[in-house]
Amino acid sequence: MIDKKTLDQHGLTEDEYGLIVGLLGREPNLTELGIFSVMWSEHCGYKSSRVHLKKLPIEGKHVVQGPGENAGILDIGGGQVIVFKIESHNHPSFIEPYQGAATGVGGILRDIFTMGARPIAVLDSLRFGPPDDPKNRSVMEGVVSGISGYGNSIGVPTVGGEVYFNACYNLNPLVNVFCLGLADKDKIFYAKAEGAGNKVLYVGAKTGRDGIHGATMASAEFGKETEHKRPNVQVGDPFKEKLLLEACLEVMDRGLIVGIQDMGAAGLTCSTTEMAAKGGMGIVVDLDKVPQREAGMTPYEILLSESQERMLIVAAPEKVAAVQDVFAKWDLDAPVIGEVVEGGRARISFKGEVVVDIPVDAVVNLCPAYTRPSRAPAVSSETTALPPLLLPLDYNETFLQLLSSPTIADKEWVFRQYDHMVQVNTVFLPGADATLLRIKGSRKAVAVSLDGNSLYTRLDPKTGAKIAVAEACRNLACIGARPIGVTNCLNFGNPEKPEVMWQFEQVVDGMAEACRTFGIPVTGGNVSFYNDTEGLSIHPTPVLGIVGILDDIRKAVSPGFKAAGDVVVLIGENREELGGSEYLRVVHNLEAGAPPSIDLEREKRHQEFCLDAIEAGLVRSAHDLSEGGLAVALAECVFHGRRKLGCSVALEDSIRPDTLLFGEAQSRILVTCRRKDLDRLRELARETGVPARSIGETGGTEIAVGHRGRELLRLPVEKAFRAWKDALPNLFKVRT
Amino acid sequence: MKFGVVQFPGSNCDFDTFHVLRNVMKRPTVLLWHKDHDLQGVDCVVLPGGFSYGDYLRSGAIARFSPLMQEVKAFARKGGHVLGICNGFQILLELGLLPGAMIRNKNLKFLCQHVHVRIENEKTDFTRAGRKGRVLRIPIAHFDGNYYAPARVLKDIERHRQVVFRYCDAKGNITEEANVNGSLGNIAGIRNRTGNVLGLMPHPERASEVLLGSEDGRTIFESLILSLERNKPARRPRQPGKGRP
Repeated sequence: MIDKKTLDQHGLTEDEYGLIVGLLGREPNLTELGIFSVMWSEHCGYKSSRVHLKKLPIEGKHVVQGPGENAGILDIGGGQVIVFKIESHNHPSFIEPYQGAATGVGGILRDIFTMGARPIAVLDSLRFGPPDDPKNRSVMEGVVSGISGYGNSIGVPTVGGEVYFNACYNLNPLVNVFCLGLADKDKIFYAKAEGAGNKVLYVGAKTGRDGIHGATMASAEFGKETEHKRPNVQVGDPFKEKLLLEACLEVMDRGLIVGIQDMGAAGLTCSTTEMAAKGGMGIVVDLDKVPQREAGMTPYEILLSESQERMLIVAAPEKVAAVQDVFAKWDLDAPVIGEVVEGGRARISFKGEVVVDIPVDAVVNLCPAYTRPSRAPAVSSETTALPPLLLPLDYNETFLQLLSSPTIADKEWVFRQYDHMVQVNTVFLPGADATLLRIKGSRKAVAVSLDGNSLYTRLDPKTGAKIAVAEACRNLACIGARPIGVTNCLNFGNPEKPEVMWQFEQVVDGMAEACRTFGIPVTGGNVSFYNDTEGLSIHPTPVLGIVGILDDIRKAVSPGFKAAGDVVVLIGENREELGGSEYLRVVHNLEAGAPPSIDLEREKRHQEFCLDAIEAGLVRSAHDLSEGGLAVALAECVFHGRRKLGCSVALEDSIRPDTLLFGEAQSRILVTCRRKDLDRLRELARETGVPARSIGETGGTEIAVGHRGRELLRLPVEKAFRAWKDALPNLFKVRT
Repeated sequence: MKFGVVQFPGSNCDFDTFHVLRNVMKRPTVLLWHKDHDLQGVDCVVLPGGFSYGDYLRSGAIARFSPLMQEVKAFARKGGHVLGICNGFQILLELGLLPGAMIRNKNLKFLCQHVHVRIENEKTDFTRAGRKGRVLRIPIAHFDGNYYAPARVLKDIERHRQVVFRYCDAKGNITEEANVNGSLGNIAGIRNRTGNVLGLMPHPERASEVLLGSEDGRTIFESLILSLERNKPARRPRQPGKGRP
């Protein structure tokens, strides 16, 4: 009955089909095949990545819940925990940018509140093709509006993130959404169906035909026919989700339920089988009781629909009425659709007939894992040696060119479409090194940084991955927060290509090493493979979401210069490293060379020094050096200051002037201190063996940088500011 | 005095407003449920920001029909104080307690940013703690904040000094550039003719703590407290633990 064509449509191999037949002891029917197809897809089953992800460190003193649940949980003291995760919604966002991005937000929010936490912040990591192409602009406008439309309505602030542009994302934009929630440690909920006889309730939106096979879609390459996949993208309803959020938190807060799981990828199938498997139980479900949006849906469609804003709840029979009352208060239905039973099987009936009868363990836990072949890409001259480069004739012009390049330019055009202040916890506005959220009723604050430079990972995946971890931690150090945990979103091409698999292995190795050095456990994450369209893979793009805590929010430091006459101090060393820089990409049109080197131990010492100096109250502003190097970092410190104070800097390093200004050598931080504190800061640096030297001072209305007696840069602040500020809005102006 | 913050389905600044009134302004504050008919004896009703009923139709168009709003309307008619913030302002317009309407921002995008507004009328119960011409720095966050009214109505509200706040630059100049959403007459907030109902687009609850970058929004809450506690006997100590956090 099941032929090769049907298997292909379901993205299953003949070997996998043989395995399914073995596990069932018979041939599956089409509905059962559909269930295995989604649960064993790359998206749900992590079949190419699982063997490698085991290398990541997952232990740490703050860890309450590591990988394997809807989200990771870290203890922040005072009886409170933070719950956080990042997830990709790349494929749907390319096919239908608005709804793809909107439902990406909706999905990650449910992952957080299903654990009993109130979501308090969303951050997005977005990657698009260059915005001078109208197609890329339209994708970007759709994605940003989708995030804005969903997040603003539901009242969770979108507090920051990052936006990068590169031609490798032309046909494959990346939309990675991070969410952080706050919960009481004694009120965490898990996706477990426990206790035979307990009832299974379906809550939220009705089931429709949207999003069938979304997970399978996300597990294949795209060709020219992607337009036809639009019906696979779900449609979001943030209002419904808001009601669902409040109602779910209320039943959890009142202790009315046993377990809860959101219906995300693979919908009802995934939530029922996973909850049963985690509870070591079986489950019976009557599909006729499932609220349906349209008539005539088949069991296959009901089970595989990815309609949004739905959850599955398990509650004791005597509590069912109370649960239903809460949902009624929020105008939501909560019908009982099934029951938890002994025996470890999922038995699903439709019009009085059993249509699915499968062991839940087989579906959830026995998805095959593959060690796919990997091979280092053929070394190309392009990715190793740099050609001889001419020095810029006019550094001011080059500087302005960089400041107005889309990746470096100000992102306010994006951020002001997001409500980043609702919930009144946002201390630093988007654009600072890291997001800072106060915890009401305490002096504590939580900090988040998202980071990942895919130019580096393309040129050297392992070094690039180490830098991604290091830089995200450095961002936290700059505001005075210590990192305590990490989640990651790993965006790659087709894992069946050995070169892609090699990149993946290298990135995981690099991340593992860096996380160990910084002592931060990985509490979960997401892998997005098959980011290929028409045979082209994206650059390997790991995005790290690192969370940290500050014990006393009053000590937090922001990047902007504070007062004229403060001393500008550079922590770390300038190096003759130019490979993989934005300068090369933007000015010389080169994605080449080796990325900057990184010594993780040294990086850690520099960050510790920055944190100690902040703790001692010596630092007035701090900013990390990244894309665009020292010159761009200086400019950002100027622009972020409330009064936009200029600065004057003199450098003596004997390296190429363009490298000095725009090179991206790692482990560097720009801080300012009061002149009277300079000696103490230097003393602290000497004690810890960290290079920290005064390079200039703040003040004036110009940004000026001299090198060995020669003036390299001298620009009015306002001119530089406008180049940086107006670049994106100008690109998006309505064209006639 | 006692504040009541109304919760509609889809309100999302309800807890923020509640937090500021109770923990920052330190006044007894309760949450009022949209399906109820009981105003719980509050002295001032606050309609918070958000997307009531999803605002899929027209902002505030459905919220005006909720059971509690019939009580709020009667309360306002009797002189009770009502403050509408953002979506709350939109609801007051839909309810007819304030004149005019809101249309999409002129750039057709959601806007979340700090803006400056100038106090145009300091002799109201919502602004008496400020002074005329004072510039407040308060954030906005809305899609439909472009105030519109027919010329005749506009003339009327100007004549009766109903414009309480206008968008301005940092120095208080009323400019087109400062008018981020395109409102007629740079209008950011208006009151009714009897002076007991105020609607404004900026979010004063987001500018009530130094930590969050501005305390200018407190002027509005302080004014209300000044106005409503002036003629009252000494307050009873507030009862902690009332309402949800």
